[in-house]
Amino acid sequence: VQGPSHKIGRPETDMLGTTVGRSAPEAPGPGAGTPVPAAPLTVRQTPRLGVPTWLGTLMSDRKAAIGIAIMAFFLLVGIVGPLIWRGDPMAADYTIRPQQPPSAPHWLGTDQQSHDVFLQMVDGTLPTIGVGVAIGACTTALAILVGLTAGSVGGVVDEALMLLANIVLVFPGFPLIVVVASWIHVRNDLPIIAVISLTGWAWGARVLRSQAMSIRSKDFVLAAIVSGETRRRIIFNEVMPNMISLIASSLIGTIVFGIMAAAGLQFLGFGNLNEVNWFTILYWAQNASALQTGAWWTFVPSGLCIALVGTALSLINYGIDEISNPRLRVEKVRAPKRAMAPTKAPAPVGKAVAR
Amino acid sequence: MRYVYRKVIFYVVALWVAITLNFAIPRMMPGNPAETIFASHAQQLQSNPHALAAIEAALGLSHDPMPLQYWHYLVNLAHFDFGVSFSEFPTHVSTIIVQSLPWTLFLVGIASVLAWVLGTGFGILTAWRRGGILDSTLPGITIFTHSLPNFWLGLLLLYVLAFILGWFPTSHAYDVGLQPGFSLQFFGSVLYHAILPALTLIIVTVGGWLLGMRNVMINTLAEDYITMAQAKGLSDRRVMFGYAARNALLPQITGLAMSLGFLVGGQVLIEDVFSYPGVGYLLANAVGQEDYPLIQALLLIIVVCMLVANLAVDLLYARLDPRVRNT
Repeated sequence: VQGPSHKIGRPETDMLGTTVGRSAPEAPGPGAGTPVPAAPLTVRQTPRLGVPTWLGTLMSDRKAAIGIAIMAFFLLVGIVGPLIWRGDPMAADYTIRPQQPPSAPHWLGTDQQSHDVFLQMVDGTLPTIGVGVAIGACTTALAILVGLTAGSVGGVVDEALMLLANIVLVFPGFPLIVVVASWIHVRNDLPIIAVISLTGWAWGARVLRSQAMSIRSKDFVLAAIVSGETRRRIIFNEVMPNMISLIASSLIGTIVFGIMAAAGLQFLGFGNLNEVNWFTILYWAQNASALQTGAWWTFVPSGLCIALVGTALSLINYGIDEISNPRLRVEKVRAPKRAMAPTKAPAPVGKAVAR
Repeated sequence: MRYVYRKVIFYVVALWVAITLNFAIPRMMPGNPAETIFASHAQQLQSNPHALAAIEAALGLSHDPMPLQYWHYLVNLAHFDFGVSFSEFPTHVSTIIVQSLPWTLFLVGIASVLAWVLGTGFGILTAWRRGGILDSTLPGITIFTHSLPNFWLGLLLLYVLAFILGWFPTSHAYDVGLQPGFSLQFFGSVLYHAILPALTLIIVTVGGWLLGMRNVMINTLAEDYITMAQAKGLSDRRVMFGYAARNALLPQITGLAMSLGFLVGGQVLIEDVFSYPGVGYLLANAVGQEDYPLIQALLLIIVVCMLVANLAVDLLYARLDPRVRNT
């Protein structure tokens, strides 16, 4: 499982001088010499049928639209599914032998305890996404709190908070989570959420801080300071609204991270085994040596669904990136006419890059 | 030089915090390992009233005041004495770790570098040919592979390629019958056993490198000096690698160095799935058996490696990016 820090190298404003990777909303337009068709930067659709503007903007991006569609599907299954396919996923069907392959009465077969896998999958949809969202929300809330405070207040507070963030950042994410989870002997969702959030906030805090610092020096914030607004009001009413896209993508990223980390923890046996979710389905399948006995149906659907949810969320995130940084949108700008030279390993950068 | 001093001071502070946390966390947790062992062998031990004290003595647990314990802990650390493993009782923790470290460095190291080279290379290509075949397929595919739970993919590959098709071994780092040594047969066996776990790691991580490189490269390609280079009539290849990729590589290099720092932590889940005898597998087992000295030592070594890797990155940056040096 990879921490959110793994997504894009190490986009660090304070070290590189420019934000790399994660795009700043005020990124300059395409380079002067590049002929870019005049694409509308933000498609401001009039709210139809009560569709909020931000959703319309997101849906105008293909990647984000696919991601939203997949998420909508899973949420729909999670909410409506249990009403359509009624039945207790923990009710064992003793009329047949355990670990039966998919069939008409059991669409995804049955597991070691003769539980219906399809019912478990449907019933486990919301709890699975819920754990991810809870982890994402806690992690992002911590990141906002620390990052915004550090970036807006500055001075000693900034130094201290960033020292803390940098220390948390060098602790190895997943091994630490495993160790702490093993010390906490409580087996329910709360410790899992707490452990993953407490070890995962630092990256977001650093990104949000650099953004907050650049916004803080803008004229409208200075105007608010001069007009005597309280510090809290400046942070939450002036600075934060301008960071919504960054916060949203940070939230989505941490939800994916949370789902992956929770799946890994559960797989190692540190999780809440009383609940039916995709993680526990995977755990029990592994516990029953499903692969060695060839019972792929107890195992493949849950992993695949986790991957699909992760993909959908990542797609939405890349959509947000493309909307806030027009350069990333696919335009046939740079299709060289000549046949391209054969690919070789990238040129070494050992010698000074910018001399 | 001020930059370097500041960085070094930060890493010293971070190291101290790590060492102290490593001391404090297990002691803040309820219960102690001797009681755990005592409880799990209650029947055999009940007849002996001194059993608990004996276990505590054997495991080196003390009831000294905390500052004294902390002092002993620091002194032991300075001697690289991490104590005795609980699960493999008389063996020293350091001996066990030294045995598993090379396997992780080998497996995760090779997989990380390969994934980085592949991802960065294809990232350059996709960014260069925006809207081309590669650019319209690879990002989508890699977003999906990047979202696969790595242990699940590992199990799936294990099932299809090892169990059903029988192309690869199902576990361990080399054939059990072989004697480790400098023989061609042994090296072949080691490589053969590393293919599946390495493949899993590469599939799952390559997407991050590709998408990261692509994004940075796209931003770099929009710079004026690229247009200038093309206007001068330089070859595409020269512009692509010598001008664009060369500058876009900076964050990738940082990322690689960071992931090499994570390397020592091993891949707990992957190594667990393939029963690969590395640090991650060791950690998973140590946690399962509540082998506290081993867990503590492993965490500390992992953190120290992270710190060293980060320090290396920071110093490398000062070398590669002149803007950093001047602040």
